[in-house]
Amino acid sequence: MSEPVLHVSDLRVTFRARNRAVTALRDVAFTLDAGRTLALVGESGSGKSVSSLAIMGLLPKNGSVSGGSIRYRGSSGRVTEITAASEDEMRALRGAEIAMIFQEPMSSLNPLFTVGDQIGEMLLLHSDLDAASRRKRVLDMLELVEIPAAASRIDNYPHELSGGMRQRVMIALAMVCNPKLLIADEPTTALDVTIQAQILDLMRRLQKELGMSILFITHDMGVVAEMADDVAVMYAGAVVEQAGAQELFHRPSHPYTRGLLHSIPRPGRAEGVRLQSIPGMVPPLHAMPTGCAFAPRCARADNICAGPVALRDFAANHRVACFHAEHGVAGV
Amino acid sequence: MPNMGWPVSEPLLQIRGLSKRFETARGTVHAVNDVSFDIPRGSITGLVGESGSGKTTLGRALLRLTDPSEGQTIFDGQDLNTLSAAGLRNARKRMQIIFQDPVSSLNPRLRVGDIIAEGLRAHRIGTPRSRRETVVALLEEVGLQADHRNRFPHEFSGGQRQRIGIARALALEPDFIVADESVSALDVSIQAQVLNLLLDLRERRNLTMLFIAHDLSVVEYLCDQIVVMYLGRVVESGPSRPLYSNPAHPYTRALLSAVPVPDPQPLRSRTILKGDIPSPLAPPSGCVFRTRCPHAIDICAQEAPEPVSVGPARQCYCKRTEDLYVPA
Repeated sequence: MSEPVLHVSDLRVTFRARNRAVTALRDVAFTLDAGRTLALVGESGSGKSVSSLAIMGLLPKNGSVSGGSIRYRGSSGRVTEITAASEDEMRALRGAEIAMIFQEPMSSLNPLFTVGDQIGEMLLLHSDLDAASRRKRVLDMLELVEIPAAASRIDNYPHELSGGMRQRVMIALAMVCNPKLLIADEPTTALDVTIQAQILDLMRRLQKELGMSILFITHDMGVVAEMADDVAVMYAGAVVEQAGAQELFHRPSHPYTRGLLHSIPRPGRAEGVRLQSIPGMVPPLHAMPTGCAFAPRCARADNICAGPVALRDFAANHRVACFHAEHGVAGV
Repeated sequence: MPNMGWPVSEPLLQIRGLSKRFETARGTVHAVNDVSFDIPRGSITGLVGESGSGKTTLGRALLRLTDPSEGQTIFDGQDLNTLSAAGLRNARKRMQIIFQDPVSSLNPRLRVGDIIAEGLRAHRIGTPRSRRETVVALLEEVGLQADHRNRFPHEFSGGQRQRIGIARALALEPDFIVADESVSALDVSIQAQVLNLLLDLRERRNLTMLFIAHDLSVVEYLCDQIVVMYLGRVVESGPSRPLYSNPAHPYTRALLSAVPVPDPQPLRSRTILKGDIPSPLAPPSGCVFRTRCPHAIDICAQEAPEPVSVGPARQCYCKRTEDLYVPA
């Protein structure tokens, strides 16, 4: 297997809030291989979005990387240690090599500029094309993301487009410089399900045609099953399980992953059978238990779970952070 | 009208030709257009549709939180739209709503006990002491604790706040509850807790519920019958099981096939709809779905489809039902 595009290890991110420090990411580790899609899945507060901001070098002012490493291998094969990169280095990477799309396209697009101007700005920053070639390239991008009547839409403002169209524009904006790594943070969460199907289909097609790697952040296990080659499950600021998608869905081994999969209503369930839910809730960041953060909600927890737990190799290409992990007979 | 197969003869709620239009600067929005269906006693009816389908407006119009432009809502034999103010006030005790957003729907300045007891006070039910006892019993029924009544909403998590909203809705011992996207804002592990609570309550209190949601998997899990809306109109309705296993309307089929299933399968045939939902300011003539329908023909533009029976208590609003639908 080729060297990974992105290798995150032992990543710690700390936020200062009201004179105390809270640790949002505790030794996060995952690997994204070239041309593949890694889904980072977790519920609110699991740290999946903070992870993506750390990779982009866009942590808010009160947050900082306090340990670990984020290694990005660029198109020339050059490896950048993002945690140590200067702001100039990051600016050269962002947009050109690493691009990002967000959940809410309305608030990520500038309402005062046409979509053509906003996509063109990326080329202005990261290429030496003249104005006419930039416009041509922007138009090509809008057609690539299947915006109907692209030649007239190019001069539209964001508010003149529907939610689905705006997300297509965001994708065009992210892809215009042909990035190697696309970070998609809940890109379809705000969309209706029929529009979500369109956007997921588009992303799969673009990946096939352009060959970028995708870090796909989502809370939706259905979307994970559709998009991911590999999956990293996050809980309370740590990765608790990483495996290939087939392996993860068919042999979930961390009690949290298993609980999560059992909590989802799915088609064809026998009548009268109740959903299993996970009791309790995620502990607040400032009151994390020592040892396994999931232990207070876990039926299998015992004394050993109060000790430090880390991701360990569990099966081929399958890592779990649990003392009691076991292979289920079937996923669900 | 459909008989949903429940033993009780008269449905708790009968909706007949209900429409709601809003006048705006840019024209008339046809939010709900000529909607008719029944909600059987003791059932959970799922109302599904995407943004702009009119499902929330319909839920509000049923409770007369907004006045319908046309049509009837017959609740336990009474037409709500012709009731006097006093009559409506009485009927409202029996109908409650649980909202999507448990943050903005709970008054941040009131203690949880006062939030839950507000309906009792407004309807002058009980004494302060008996109301306190009711509040404690309700908190325990929804899985919270008696001493939570002295706290404020911000001290609770999203799932707990939704439980508070449910306790408030139950305080007046309603017969009918509208739950509008009541679990959409919750994480799945918490969502499962709240869904199971709703099922428990239905059993324990024999509640009738209208569950409005865009998440089709959740609706399938919870609901006995389903009403699918698109651009202000019902396109299909019927008992949950047959509707999910063999959807009749082209929109229902596309909608169900668009739902991502949490199981990685390499091959799954799916209909991906082209384009966006048209503006409710100018809905298409005839069948509102025809502009995105892969099966639309000339006749679909001419007149709105009448309901066609596609099985026991099942209706499909499509001109081409006979050509397209193969019964299971």
